[in-house]
Amino acid sequence: MLKRLRENKSAQGTLLIVPTLIFMIGMLIIPLLLTLVVSFGQRSADGGVIYTFSLNNYIRLLGFTTDCPSGVKTCFTSLYMEILWRSLVLGFNTTALDILLAFPLAYFIARARPKWRDTLMFLVLVPMWTNFVIRVYAWMMILRDQGVINSLLGWLAGLIHVPFKPLDMLYTPGAVLVGMVYEFLPFMILPIYTSLEKIDNSLYEAAADLGASPFRTFLRVTLPLSMPGVVAGTILVFVPVMGTFIVSDLLGGSQVILIGNLIENQFLSARDPAFGSAVSLVLMALTIIVTYFYTRKFGFGGEIVA
Amino acid sequence: MSEFAVELRDVVKEFVTPEGNDLAAVNHVTMQIKNGEFFSMLGSSGCGKTTTLRMIAGFEWPTEGEVYIEGDAQGRKPPFLRPVNTVFQSYALFQHMTVFQNVAFGLEMEGAQKGDIKKRVSEALEMVRLTGMDRRYPKQLSGGQQQRVALARSLVKRPKVLLLDEPLGALDLKLRKEMQLELKSLQKEVGITFIYVTHDQGEALTMSDRIAVMSRGKVLQMGSAVEIYERPINRFVADFIGESNFLDGKVKSVKGDQAIVRIPVWDEELAGGLTDRVNVGDEVAVSIRPEKIRLSDKPVPDRNCLEGTVVNSTYTGSDTHVYLDVRGQRLKVWEQNRVSTLDPHAYYQEGQKVWLNLMAENTLVLPKD
Amino acid sequence: MNPYRRSPLIIASTILVFFFLYAPIIVLILFSFNASRISPLFTGIITKFGPYKLVNENVLQSPCGPFHWFCDLTKNTEVLSAARNTLIVAFTATIISTVVGTMAALALQRYNFRLRTFSQISLYIPIVIPEVVMGITILVMFSQLFTYLNTSLHLAGDSQLSLGLWTVILAHISFMIPFVTLVVQARLQGLDKSYEEAAMDLGANEWTTFRRVTFPMILPGVLAGALLAFTLSIDDFVITFFTNGPGSATLPIYVFGLLRRVITPQLNALSTVWILIVLIAVSLTQRFESRQK
Repeated sequence: MLKRLRENKSAQGTLLIVPTLIFMIGMLIIPLLLTLVVSFGQRSADGGVIYTFSLNNYIRLLGFTTDCPSGVKTCFTSLYMEILWRSLVLGFNTTALDILLAFPLAYFIARARPKWRDTLMFLVLVPMWTNFVIRVYAWMMILRDQGVINSLLGWLAGLIHVPFKPLDMLYTPGAVLVGMVYEFLPFMILPIYTSLEKIDNSLYEAAADLGASPFRTFLRVTLPLSMPGVVAGTILVFVPVMGTFIVSDLLGGSQVILIGNLIENQFLSARDPAFGSAVSLVLMALTIIVTYFYTRKFGFGGEIVA
Repeated sequence: MSEFAVELRDVVKEFVTPEGNDLAAVNHVTMQIKNGEFFSMLGSSGCGKTTTLRMIAGFEWPTEGEVYIEGDAQGRKPPFLRPVNTVFQSYALFQHMTVFQNVAFGLEMEGAQKGDIKKRVSEALEMVRLTGMDRRYPKQLSGGQQQRVALARSLVKRPKVLLLDEPLGALDLKLRKEMQLELKSLQKEVGITFIYVTHDQGEALTMSDRIAVMSRGKVLQMGSAVEIYERPINRFVADFIGESNFLDGKVKSVKGDQAIVRIPVWDEELAGGLTDRVNVGDEVAVSIRPEKIRLSDKPVPDRNCLEGTVVNSTYTGSDTHVYLDVRGQRLKVWEQNRVSTLDPHAYYQEGQKVWLNLMAENTLVLPKD
Repeated sequence: MNPYRRSPLIIASTILVFFFLYAPIIVLILFSFNASRISPLFTGIITKFGPYKLVNENVLQSPCGPFHWFCDLTKNTEVLSAARNTLIVAFTATIISTVVGTMAALALQRYNFRLRTFSQISLYIPIVIPEVVMGITILVMFSQLFTYLNTSLHLAGDSQLSLGLWTVILAHISFMIPFVTLVVQARLQGLDKSYEEAAMDLGANEWTTFRRVTFPMILPGVLAGALLAFTLSIDDFVITFFTNGPGSATLPIYVFGLLRRVITPQLNALSTVWILIVLIAVSLTQRFESRQK
C-alpha cells in the first residue's frame, strides 16, 4: 500500500492538503453557504431563523420595508442605503488620507541609509503590534470632553484668559475618521515602502541626468513605480474599514452607524440573524467587487506579502 | 547480469506545457551504456539530456519505455531504491550540515556503523583532495571545493553508476579544465560507469569514451569523440560539434563511401567521404573543418583547390583564424601559429590572395537533417 | 545626490506622521501612572509609598507607589482569566495551524493534484473578506448547529452545546492557516528542489528526507509563520467577539467590555504591560532573526 502511495505523487499532495481542506470547508465554505441560506429566511420569535425562501431581507436593504408608520403596507426608507453610502465614503476618505500620510513617510524611509531603514521601519510597526482595541481606547482618552486635547486647550485658554468651551470631538463622524485613519495607517505605509524601496537609486540619477526636475522625477518615475504598493495598501485599508465596527462603536457612539455596526447590531441586539446574514453577504459582495475592479484597473499589488 | 550498466529502451517522456499541450522532452530514446565507460550526453538546453539523466536517477518516470540498471527494470522505483547516485549541477550540499555530515549522509542512510562511516568519509575526502575540511560548512568553501564535496558524497556510496548533471558549469574556465582532467582520472581510478551531461562539446570530447549527441529529445549520433567529430552523421551534428564550413550541393555520383557533389554557386565539383547513405540527386551539405584546409600562396595540384581573398584574420594566441571570400562564399580556416614572431607581416593581411587546398579525405558529404 | 530626500516638506511630514503614530501610545502609558482614579485629567503621579490613601478621588499614597494601578491589575481576577484564555487559544491554535499550514504549503508547492485550484482559492478567501463577515458566518453556523443538535439530542443545561473556548480556537485556526501557508510557501519557493532530490539520491526515503533536509531548511519560515499566527491570535478581536461564550473571553474582548462600562487607569496599566510585552517579544525575535542570518 505504501508502495502505491509512493508512486502516486498526486495522491501524496492530496493527503497533505486534507487537514487544511477540512478547516476551510468546515469553517469557511459551509458557514458561507449556510449564511446564504439563512439570508433568505425570516426572523423567528425567539431570535432564531425560520427557513423559507424569501427575498425580503434584500429588499429591505434596498429600502423597501414593511415596517412602516401608520399602517402603510410598504414604504421606502433610505436608512440602509445611507449606512451603505456612509461606509463607502468613510472607506474612501480613510484610504485617501492614509495614502497622503503614508507616502512621505514611506518615501523618507525608503531613501534613507540602509542601516537606518530597518530601525525606522521597526519604529513604524511597533504601534501596529499593540492591540487594536487599546489603540481605539487611546483616542477616546485624547478626544473626549475632558480628554487630553481639551485639557490642553483649556489650560492654554486659561493662560491667556480666554473663555473656553470644550470641543465636541468624541462621538462625531470626525472622530471615527481619525480613528480609522490611525488604525490602518501602518497597513498603507508597509506596502508603499516595499514598492519604493525596490526603486534602484540609479533610476533617480538617470532621470536627473536626462534633465528631469525633482517634481517631474516624482511624477514620471517615483509615482508609477510605487503603484503596486499603493494598490496593495488600498486593498489592505479599504476592505477592513468597510467592515470595522469597533471604531465607529467606541468613537462614534450611536451617532455613526456603518455596515459593520448594522451587522453586529442585527446579531446581538435586534436578534435578526436572517437580516444580518443578508447584510453581511452584501458587504462581502461589495468588497469583492470593489477589490476586483480596482485590481483589474491598477494591477494586483504583489506587495501584500510584505 | 546484463552486459550494460544502464540501458534505455524506447524511452519517452512527455510533459504537459502550461498551455495544455503535450511536449515530448524525450522522444523514443534507446541507448546502451557499457560498464566502466565514461559516457556523455551532449546537446544544447532543452534537448532532453537532463531529463534522460533524471529518469535514470529516478526523479522522473518514463511515460513510455523502460530504464534498466544492471539488467533490472526500474519501473517507478524512487531514487533511494536505485543503485545510482547523482552529482547535481548546483551541488545541492546540505547547508545546515558540515562537510563530514554531508559526505556521511548517504552512509547513514545505509545504516553503516559509526567507525566504518568515519573511515570511508576520510577516504572519500582524500580521493577528492579535501582532507581536513570535514568540519567546515558548505558556505565556507569555494565553488571548486563544494563541487568536490558533492563528488565525494556520491562516490563514498560506491554506486555502480555515477550520474553527473553539468557539474562543472559554475566554475571558471581554468578550474573547469583542471576538473575535467581530474574527473577523468578519477573515473579511471575508481572504475565505475560515469554518465555525464553537458552542453559544452569541448568538455564532452575531452572526457568521454562515448558521446550521445542529442537534440529535441532524440539521439542524433552515438559514438566516440573521434567518430563524432571526424564522421558526423549529418549537417546538424557537424555544425554542433566544433566548427565547420558548409557548402550546399547536389549529389552527382556515388561510389562506395565516396561521392561527387556539384556546388552550384561555384559551378565546381567536389569529392568527399560519406557517413550516411545518400542518393544521386540528393541535396547535401559539403562539410570541411577549418583546421583541415591548407593555405598556400601557390595552387597545389590536387582536385579541390581554389583561390580566395582574405577578408579578415583574428589572432587567438595559439591559432590564427582566417576568414576568406572564395568566389562569393565565406570560408574560415584555422592555422596554428607554429613560429613565434612579432612580425605583423607573418600573418594574413586583408585583401591578400591565397590558395585554399580542400583535400578530399578531409571533406565530408552530409545529408541535411 | 538626493535633491528629494532632504526636502523640508518630506522631513516635516515624516516627523509629524511619526508623532501622530506614537502620541496615543505615549498618552496611554503616561496615564497608567495617573493619580486620579476616575478623572481623565492627568492630576499627577502617585509619588508616596505607603498604605492606600484616597483624597477627592486622587490616590495620594499606595503600597506600590507610582505602580499602583499595575498592582491593582494583578488582583483583578477577570483580567487574569482573560489573559489565561488568550494564551490557551493562541498556543493551541498556533500549534495546530502551523502544522496544518506547513503541510498545505508543501502540498501546493511540490505537488500537482486535482483539488489544487480549489484549495488555493479557499485559502485566499479569509484574507480577502472582511473579518466581520467571517465572524458572522461562523457564528451563524455554530448557532444553527447548536440549536439543531441541542433539540434533536435533547440536551439541556450544562450538557448543551454552546459557544466557548473551543469554538474560538476552531475559528482562530481557520483564519490562521492561510497566513501560515503563505509564509511557508514563500520560503519553500526559494528552496531549490535539488536538496531533497540529493537526499533521496543518497538513500533517504520521503519521511527521512523531510525530517533531515527539508524541514531544517524551511524551519525559519515555519517559525515566522507560527509567530505571525500567534500574533494574529492574541490580537484578534472581531472573530473572537462572535465566537466566544460566557467565561471564554480573551483580553481584547475583556478590554472592549470594560470600555463600555467603567474606565480606570487600571486599563491603562493593562495597556502599558501589553505594549511592553509585545515590544520585548518583537525585539527578541528581531535579534534572533538577525543572528540567524
